[in-house]
Amino acid sequence: MSTQISNDTLIDMHRRMVRIRLFEETAGKMMEDGKIPGALHLYVGEEAVAGGVMVHLSDEDQITSTHRGHGHLIAKGGEFDQMFAELYGRSTGYCKGKGGSMHISNMELGILGANGIVGGGPPIAMGAAFGNKFLKNNKVAVCFFGDGASNEGSFHEAANMAGLYKLPVVFVCENNGFGEYTPQANHQAIVDVADRAAGYGMPGVIVDGMDAVAVYEAAGEAVDRARSGKGPTLLECKTYRFFDHVGVRGMGLTYRSDEEVERWKKRDPILLMEERLLEQKVLSAEQIKAVHDITSEEVLAGIKFAEESPFPDPSSLTEDVYA
Amino acid sequence: MAEAQLKPRTLPYVSAITEGVRAVMLEQPTAFVAGEDVAGAGGVYGYYAGILDEFGPERVYDTPISEEGIVGLGVGSAAAGCRPIIDMMFMDFLGECMDEVANQMAKMRYMFGGRTKLPITMLTMAGAGMSLAAQHSQSLEAWICHLPGLKVVMPTTPYDAKGLIIAAARDDNPVIVVLNKMSLAIKGEVPEESYEIPLGKANIVRPGTNYTIVAMGRMMHEAIKAADELAKLGVDAEIIDPRTLQPFDTDTVVESVRKTHRALIVHEAVRFGGFGGEIVAQIQEEAFDYLDAPIARVGAPFSPVPFSPALEKLYIPNADNIVAAAKKQLGL
Ligand SMILES: Cc1ncc(C[n+]2csc(CCOP(=O)(O)OP(=O)(O)O)c2C)c(N)n1
Repeated sequence: MSTQISNDTLIDMHRRMVRIRLFEETAGKMMEDGKIPGALHLYVGEEAVAGGVMVHLSDEDQITSTHRGHGHLIAKGGEFDQMFAELYGRSTGYCKGKGGSMHISNMELGILGANGIVGGGPPIAMGAAFGNKFLKNNKVAVCFFGDGASNEGSFHEAANMAGLYKLPVVFVCENNGFGEYTPQANHQAIVDVADRAAGYGMPGVIVDGMDAVAVYEAAGEAVDRARSGKGPTLLECKTYRFFDHVGVRGMGLTYRSDEEVERWKKRDPILLMEERLLEQKVLSAEQIKAVHDITSEEVLAGIKFAEESPFPDPSSLTEDVYA
Repeated sequence: MAEAQLKPRTLPYVSAITEGVRAVMLEQPTAFVAGEDVAGAGGVYGYYAGILDEFGPERVYDTPISEEGIVGLGVGSAAAGCRPIIDMMFMDFLGECMDEVANQMAKMRYMFGGRTKLPITMLTMAGAGMSLAAQHSQSLEAWICHLPGLKVVMPTTPYDAKGLIIAAARDDNPVIVVLNKMSLAIKGEVPEESYEIPLGKANIVRPGTNYTIVAMGRMMHEAIKAADELAKLGVDAEIIDPRTLQPFDTDTVVESVRKTHRALIVHEAVRFGGFGGEIVAQIQEEAFDYLDAPIARVGAPFSPVPFSPALEKLYIPNADNIVAAAKKQLGL
């Protein structure tokens, strides 16, 4: 199967993943240095999911993101300048400094919000898919959500309606094994969130969420299925977050062992992708390094842009409450 | 309860919450704690620290991220004879469970002819100030004060936090304890023993003669700063912390206004439609003839809570806003 994937697609996915990684590492550092206010939920370790799914979507297709949303936005084309500016609370940010990390999004890229409410996304994605079907516009909506979010009633209602109305939506579960500090085994009695698909009359598919190519293939089928009117899919990607729930080091709680983290890091999605790129001679080591270098420069430029940008004007406080 | 027997120590608000929960767990064998990350992690703000270790997994539960389920766990188990303490990590998440709160928990006793008791204590965290943006910073007490069947308390000091939690848990009704995240580090004296702050009893935090400030929640601390400023202008402000919003201690407020003839109400919540409006109405109903000026109100502007610190600091009412409103009201 993987023979079908073009070199260009591999390069594209790799680039999106590296962009996420380097953005997040710096954002985390800036938060812990006190330069970025509030709470950042970082996507490091989970890049293959956003990367593997998003290459199937155009700017017209919608996604709903989560509190861990920077990666989704970057993979869908988010610009570092406006992203960092948003995290810094500046007026030049995507949300004019009003949203911050938990609400960072760009509607023009079809992103119907990062969301501070766990389980906030599924009903909105379902609704977007309903709208797409209603308008016959051939767009697909993709809902990213965590294993933790799969326990919200909102997920159940949205998935049921999506299955019932055969909506063009893909539910992508980013199962990183934890909801905050609670391991999956302590928050649900199942191991595979995909098992729930049967209850909604949709296929449930499980993939290795550290392998972007595996995600790419499964997501491709699910997106095609949605676009061709066959209805939703629940795609579960088994993944892991390398950083803490909030920030890099977080609160220093011992809810998972260092060995476990190290074991998953051996399957770092970017390393796996780069091994493949080298092995298949898609990119050379120098070319890979160049991707990192260019991205690092963009990160620095983004930080500079943010730090030089003004804070929102006081007059904007009550703007944009209504249309 | 003789005051002299109590041994006060200085504790931060966060630890006073823990002590309140612990006291309830010790004195009530059917009490248990349930909520997201309350057990292993001790709560995201740490106020359940040590509770799991002391009381064990039979009485302290990490729940799934299922707010409607959590409140249902409280309602059903209370109806079955337990005295649950349930945690709603952020008050904003009332949105996920409002049916259980508004249509079930608040109404069950009345609808069923008073044949059940629902001794549920819900702890929840409100307030802005940490750049947590629109969905993690709200003060939504007006939502729940509007629901007959619920009691609502808003502790402002460490002393009140412990005492109100204990009182809430001893009460046979559902009580929502609205905590404030910017108050977690505020220190104050807290007795070691278990004690109760009576529900429905306001606290005159600072006596005064010619001006009444009713300050809810964390705004009490801002009101104290404002009162210092106002004193320089000859305004001797009496500050009242209602502590309980439902049932509301109208008498204490009205008595003060009858003495001072002027009043200002301040809360962190959005001013429009906020609980302050209710207090204003109560004062004018009971003390209209005593008023020398229209009652002033200070609250947040009519917008969601902004993320950017530059805007958030303008959004949250503070001592300056209180002073400005008072000066305008008094023509100073
Ligand atoms: C309705 C709601 N409940 C609780 C929270 C607090 N919270 C933020 S992130 C999180 C864990 C989410 O877990 P999961 O969905 O698995 O996503 P992950 O963080 O692992 O990416 C929780 C409980 C919230 N933001 N919204």
